[in-house]
Amino acid sequence: MPFIPVILWTDRLVFVLVAVVIVSGWYIRRQEHLRAPWGKVARSRYGMCSLVVLSVFVAIGLLDSLHYRPRLEGRPAEGKANYAVEVRSVFDALVAPLGRRLEKTYSAPFAAYSFSKETVERPDGTQAREFPRLKFGGAHLKDPAQERVPDVVRGMVGAIGIAAVLWIVLTMAIAAWLAGVYNSDFSHMLSAIIHGDTEVPWRAMLVTAGVILAVSVPLALLSARYHVMGTDKVGQDVFYEALKSIRTGLVIGTLTTLVMLPFALSLGVMAGYLGGWVDDVIQYIYTTLNAIPGVLLIAAAVLITQAWMDLHPEMFETVSQRADIRLLFLCLILGITSWTGLCRLLRGEALKLRELDYVEAARAFGVSDWRIITRHLLPNVMHIVLIIVVTEFSGLVLAEAVLSYVGVGVDPSMISFGTMINSARLELARDPTVWWSLAAAFVFMFLLVLSANLFSDSVRDAFDPRIRSAMTARMRRLWLRPA
Amino acid sequence: MSANTTLLEVKHLRTWLASGDAVVRAVDGLSFGIEAGETFALLGESGSGKSITALSIMRLLPDAGRVVSGEIRMDGTDLLALAETAMRGVRGRRIAMIFQEPGTSLNPVMTVGAQIVEVLERHTELRGDGARRRALELLESVGIPDSQRRVDEYPFQMSGGMKQRAMIAIALACAPALLIADEPTTALDVTIQAQVLELLRDLQRKTGMSVLLITHDLGVVAQMAHRVAVMYAGEIVELAPAKAFFSRPAHPYSKKLFEAVPDAAGRRRGLAVIPGTVPHLSQEFVGCRFADRCDSAWARCREEAPAAVEIGAGHAVRCHLYDSRDQESAVRSQEKAKIGTGADSADVAERLAASSSLLAVNDLRVYFPIRKGIFRRVVAQVKAVDGVSLDIHSHRTLALVGESGCGKTTVGKGILQLVPVTGGSVTFDGVDLSTLTTGALRPLRKDFQIVFQDPYSSLNPRMRVAEIVEEGMTALRVGTGSRQERVDELLQQVGLSPDMKYRYPHEFSGGQRQRVAIARALAVEPKLLICDEPTSALDVSVQAQILNLLKDLQQRLGLAYLFITHNISVVEFLAHEVAVMYLGRIVEKGGVDEVLRSPRHPYTRALLSAVPVIDPAGRREVIRLQGEQPSPVSPPSGCHFHPRCPSVMPECRLAYPGATPVSDTHSVRCFLYGKGE
Repeated sequence: MPFIPVILWTDRLVFVLVAVVIVSGWYIRRQEHLRAPWGKVARSRYGMCSLVVLSVFVAIGLLDSLHYRPRLEGRPAEGKANYAVEVRSVFDALVAPLGRRLEKTYSAPFAAYSFSKETVERPDGTQAREFPRLKFGGAHLKDPAQERVPDVVRGMVGAIGIAAVLWIVLTMAIAAWLAGVYNSDFSHMLSAIIHGDTEVPWRAMLVTAGVILAVSVPLALLSARYHVMGTDKVGQDVFYEALKSIRTGLVIGTLTTLVMLPFALSLGVMAGYLGGWVDDVIQYIYTTLNAIPGVLLIAAAVLITQAWMDLHPEMFETVSQRADIRLLFLCLILGITSWTGLCRLLRGEALKLRELDYVEAARAFGVSDWRIITRHLLPNVMHIVLIIVVTEFSGLVLAEAVLSYVGVGVDPSMISFGTMINSARLELARDPTVWWSLAAAFVFMFLLVLSANLFSDSVRDAFDPRIRSAMTARMRRLWLRPA
Repeated sequence: MSANTTLLEVKHLRTWLASGDAVVRAVDGLSFGIEAGETFALLGESGSGKSITALSIMRLLPDAGRVVSGEIRMDGTDLLALAETAMRGVRGRRIAMIFQEPGTSLNPVMTVGAQIVEVLERHTELRGDGARRRALELLESVGIPDSQRRVDEYPFQMSGGMKQRAMIAIALACAPALLIADEPTTALDVTIQAQVLELLRDLQRKTGMSVLLITHDLGVVAQMAHRVAVMYAGEIVELAPAKAFFSRPAHPYSKKLFEAVPDAAGRRRGLAVIPGTVPHLSQEFVGCRFADRCDSAWARCREEAPAAVEIGAGHAVRCHLYDSRDQESAVRSQEKAKIGTGADSADVAERLAASSSLLAVNDLRVYFPIRKGIFRRVVAQVKAVDGVSLDIHSHRTLALVGESGCGKTTVGKGILQLVPVTGGSVTFDGVDLSTLTTGALRPLRKDFQIVFQDPYSSLNPRMRVAEIVEEGMTALRVGTGSRQERVDELLQQVGLSPDMKYRYPHEFSGGQRQRVAIARALAVEPKLLICDEPTSALDVSVQAQILNLLKDLQQRLGLAYLFITHNISVVEFLAHEVAVMYLGRIVEKGGVDEVLRSPRHPYTRALLSAVPVIDPAGRREVIRLQGEQPSPVSPPSGCHFHPRCPSVMPECRLAYPGATPVSDTHSVRCFLYGKGE
């Protein structure tokens, strides 16, 4: 085999999560009362556009979660193949050159020369202090001063052309697919999409996809010849780092919720429904936990994990596995400290629901408490859970950045938005400033969190019973027309 | 119509609402006028568009609502054409409005005085002391005692009736020419309702303002209105002076409304039922909107929308029956309709000899402790139920009557052991339920079930009808074999089609939901059904359907009912025995005729006299009760009723009277009739 698959702990959980999402999606399709609010999400323009952006992030994150160790070149010793110590992901393989083209140190975006002067030996034997040419960035240019800008512009124009072609193909494919689904003819469907007359806002989604293509295709193509976002202190491509950070952010944002959900759900609903001493104990636990400063608790837990890992080096074959365990523990710790908010909400909701007549009716039938909780309470608090999970996501991505910045976040060898910001922070004081690391981390994180927030907004709107009869977009247009 | 000037004129008003992807024509071509000084009643069931009409006049429609066409003229100015700033001068000053729920229409963090002063400062020159003096005057004029103190109180310190009075005071602050009262007494108890209605009449006499009264209650209309407009599905189907309307209702819908009101006469023959429900207003109507539910509809009704026809002085009807061109076919179809009405069904249950006692409640007490402080010590008890004794026989209905907060619902829950019982015994079929453990009680639960008041909260929105109905059977292991067939059978029994069983509750109307709730209770074949105000959340026509169903089920299945209600007319229709509750205790009980025809206890008398009656001949002198029901935390000493009693005696303050028998079945707890045992 040319490689052996490596399944890290976080990978396992990510796949479990994907499976859960797929199964619940299949279940929701068959339940009308669950399908209706999701249908509303599908009709919301903000929701679907942010979903397009999110799904690009998620696709990168998932590709980055398929890990393996490639076989080393050369003869296998003792009939056993040797595999590299470095764990790589499918995503790494797709963007192969990006991660390997290391420069010496900083270089600006699209630069051909290094950012700092070095002493170089001239061919004639003399030495001089000058900005050396980069090994990879703009290496194909003979005279960067003259050729660089036209080359970049030419590359961009070409790439945008390719993006346009891709976009048209995408539009056609979607129109053809929709025509198949709705038994309509292709040209009719296409004009409906162009005029925005479809129930799902395909036009808006396609515009979003178009913008993404127009940005990402040039970046992708140019990144083969330049460092489009510069390089960091050790010469690593910043664009590559930013892309790798996505998985870390997503893992923190989703697995943490997965950890906290069982706590919050069971304890919150039990406290609200059973009341009495159960309620007292659970309330006591979460108020106490809330009173401990979160960062302190996290720092302590992370340091303990670190010490434990240092004592048991034999358990980790590779650096990635070490880093991965630390990431997992960070998720656990964040989960344990962040379930209290949801728990409190669920307790309140359960307090309200248990007074409702249908719960009372179930009790009059002698239905057991366990069945009342699972059949009557849980399904009726799921909308709150969903809203909180989606809103919490962006908070957790930001929390990771803060914690890594403080130094109690992920392993320093793991690329994340937090470590990017942390390593860039000192260089902001330099003159001229090294701004690109920070800027790249900022832009990527901003896009991820903004799209997550917009998506969670539309989910909340759809599930909030108070905004039940919101007008659809088509309706609103009809409505605003004067009589 | 008198020669008065028209104050408000609404012409061809059409208001649409956007809901999801559909347009709801909530008000569709409404025209009426309100004379100065008169009370104009807009009568209709829920969803008929009466509240939207009021909001259109006030121009307070929600964002999704829009006046599409029409005119609303007040003293000749078109309100719809006014700028928003000018409209603000009209609201509160020329037109004021009071709402159904006094609890939510007052701002909880402002004192009542401040809320009145706010209106005064907006519309008048009054400031400071002057405004405060006016606020005091207003509170006095709406009959709030001790206004000096009350003016600085917050809404939570007031009772429901008091809040509604305060709301009226705010509305009257600027002496408006028109008061819009949107179901002003629906949330109040009958005795309080009587007080508020009288207050409104009084104020109208003094100030000469006009009132637009929006209500669904024929009784309230009969007491208050000078003219009546009946609304159905967004349009006025009948417009008439009150006298003419109550003596000769013309539109088939109006007639049906009268017949659907439960009373003693309906007892023998069953109530008239308007089949179906109010149509969805998102459709375009071709013919008459009522045609599908009308007994006398013929082909023309479905093809052509009827125009308003004048049939008397100021009496207009939107019905083809009164269109001269079609007199003949109208007569024919009316005859047909007569034949169509059901034959009188004899009351089988009534003829059955009263069988053995099924449920005996003896001295039931349910106290809720009030805990305070860090150790949650019990500092007081809410005596929700304080020594109630009842007897229910199979095939019989016992009505438990009382105002809200008297503990009647808690009696029901105490019998079902849904709340911990403090004292007394509940003996069902010879077994004392209150001594059983949860496990021992479970198999017995199939014998007694409950139907709740609000059909919207009594069905789990995440479960299908089949699962809801099946739940009790699963929990109590009843009918293991063919549960699905049983579900079908039950749905048919309550008048639903079996293929509805895979639907979710939100797809049903209120009446249908209540049928599902009844089917759920019947699934375990109970002997006793506790009905906790099962019809008070429903419209009159739907209420009649449910009441007929309950009566029919009793005859077929031999059920015993404990019917908890505040609605006296329902009691007349359904009950065999009546128990009247006041503040946790039963003050009078007896056969339905005994209690309702010759009430003894002063509270029962006041309660009965306060019920708005449609028939002017049957109207009694209203016995006005002072104040409101006290809190069960600190009930008055002696007889709980003595602070409000019109015939209070010194001994009433000292001890609670025992039960004095009036006849074999009729007993009363009042010192007027002896000290009791």
